[in-house]
Amino acid sequence: MAFASVERLKTAAEKNPLVVKEAKEKGKKIVGLYCLYSPAEIALAAGAAPMVLCGTRNDSIATAEETLPRNLCPLIKSSYGFAVQGTCPYFSASDIIVADTTCDGKKKMFEYMSEIKPLHLLYLPHGPHLPEARVFWAAEMRRLVERLEKEFGVSIGEDDLAKAIALANRERAALKGLMDLSRQKPAPLSGMTMLELLFKSGFFADKEEIIDMLEEIVAEVSAAPQNGASEGPRVLLTGVPVGMGSHKVVKLIEDAGARVVAFENCTGYKKTLPVATDKPPLEALAERYLATPCSIMSPNTARFDLLDEMIRDFSADAVVDLTWQACHTYNVEAGKVRRFVQDKGLPYLQIETDYSEADTEQLKVRIEAFLEMMH
Amino acid sequence: MIVAGVDVGSTGAKAVVLDAATGGILGLAEAPTGFSPPKAGEEVLEAALAKAGFARGDVASVVGTGYGRVSLPFAARRVTEITCHARGARHLTPEARCVLDIGGQDSKLIALHADGSVKDFVMNDKCAAGTGRFIQNMAAVLGLDLDEFGAAAARGQPVSLSSMCAVFAETEIIGLTAQGARVDDLAAGILASVARRLKTLTGRVPLVPVLVFTGGLARNPDMTALIAQGLGVELHAPPEAPFAGALGAALIAAETAT
Ligand code: SF4
Ligand code: SF4
Repeated sequence: MAFASVERLKTAAEKNPLVVKEAKEKGKKIVGLYCLYSPAEIALAAGAAPMVLCGTRNDSIATAEETLPRNLCPLIKSSYGFAVQGTCPYFSASDIIVADTTCDGKKKMFEYMSEIKPLHLLYLPHGPHLPEARVFWAAEMRRLVERLEKEFGVSIGEDDLAKAIALANRERAALKGLMDLSRQKPAPLSGMTMLELLFKSGFFADKEEIIDMLEEIVAEVSAAPQNGASEGPRVLLTGVPVGMGSHKVVKLIEDAGARVVAFENCTGYKKTLPVATDKPPLEALAERYLATPCSIMSPNTARFDLLDEMIRDFSADAVVDLTWQACHTYNVEAGKVRRFVQDKGLPYLQIETDYSEADTEQLKVRIEAFLEMMH
Repeated sequence: MIVAGVDVGSTGAKAVVLDAATGGILGLAEAPTGFSPPKAGEEVLEAALAKAGFARGDVASVVGTGYGRVSLPFAARRVTEITCHARGARHLTPEARCVLDIGGQDSKLIALHADGSVKDFVMNDKCAAGTGRFIQNMAAVLGLDLDEFGAAAARGQPVSLSSMCAVFAETEIIGLTAQGARVDDLAAGILASVARRLKTLTGRVPLVPVLVFTGGLARNPDMTALIAQGLGVELHAPPEAPFAGALGAALIAAETAT
């Protein structure tokens, strides 16, 4: 079914590069972010527009491989490729890049990227349960505040931060509302549509505008009459981030007759954890961002709690765990996810791939056989 | 009523014609896939029908499987080779709980539930090591056809090869040949390295008896014995094992046609 509000977001997104350019001409600062660990709130509090930069397309990888090893995660290569090629309007528009030491590949790639643009590296601690980690991460938040103050000639007060947190929380709630539409059986939007919306929503300079659009979609779609059509097995996708350009597995799953109803990854539900509003802002930010259940954390118990919750809430029939080639953390953790999912009695499939089309036929066999197995 | 299963793989195409009521095999045929999967599928179907003494019009339903399954115009349904190999192997060996299929481009290990349905499966990654293609290429490096290669390996003492990579293994074999290594020992070493590679699949899908070996290599008793030895298990390779995929497809056709 086509929804006017869905089309509106897609059309609006097409104008985003232009809107960003205009905003920049009017003096708006742009902060490029790569990872869910980078706090968009601090950019907002500095009066800048945070942009989620992408590393989801294959076309920039060849350029990246001139500098980076071939045997590296495609996400890292794609991000770097766009940076050197200068073909991403959002990267070009960014006044500064905020990056973090998530995995080793990214961390070292950012050293090269800092030769292209001003880059602020956040040193992310990997033991989320340690009290010292939270203290250290809060200090990193403070260091970012100071950097942006200096870079943009502004001063960031507690109030600015509190306001930014409130705005970002509203955006998170709107995104969660959108994703929660798929709790319905059958899910009203396909996984591909959902992914496109989630991905495109990251490129709006004006948060109010995107929040409105997301809320409109939720209102229109939930009011629409349910179509009773059968949707095939309901798949929960976990693992690495996906976006447009790196969506092939989502497409293959849906082409094979299943529906991706839930995205546990950074593109999806991981984004929706709110920031507490009853604490000093930097402390609250540190706490929230450190709680992101990424495989680079050790132990990463929170991912399993989230999976558990989502399998239940989205009535998942199966779990597909997507890992990028050479992503050690997600690939190693896949063994634990397999055990966890199978212990719950659900079928589990791990797919390790990159952005190229080279293995499409083999992936089709795996995915179709996986779905046949569930009959 | 008769039905058929056609398995068009990356290297070979196979067809099985079945009596839908009894499950009895009436005709078998195979041919290299060549450059045209639909043509190869057509050919083997015709040949299997000719052997069975039937014509195209007699077939109630055809199920296609293998990499070429999407391009078979006559197939009523398409089912993956995982499901088909499981079905076929189970039909040939009713006690089967696990299936090892070495295909042209990939190898699969399939675990079965007690009722014969697929419980879990693993496939090798993109790498060629551990596939039929790898063995074929290595045999060609040694100047042997597959039967000669199996016989040579059976006579040899496995040389240890450090590389599992198709490209580097070739270089290594040429180097070892230059140093005077015996062809028999190299062939044995190559099969041992294939078994070692296959062993890495068993972490996720354990090898449990009864284990049925399917795919083209299963027709070669020397190779079957050496791979079984390398894996440390007993492998059952019934005579029709190379046709397990097509047979499974035909069995599924029989189910859906009635
Ligand atoms: S997918 Fe894995 S390797 Fe790639 S950036 Fe993320 S954590 Fe690093
Ligand atoms: S070059 Fe070697 S490692 Fe690479 S895919 Fe081929 S066989 Fe595998």
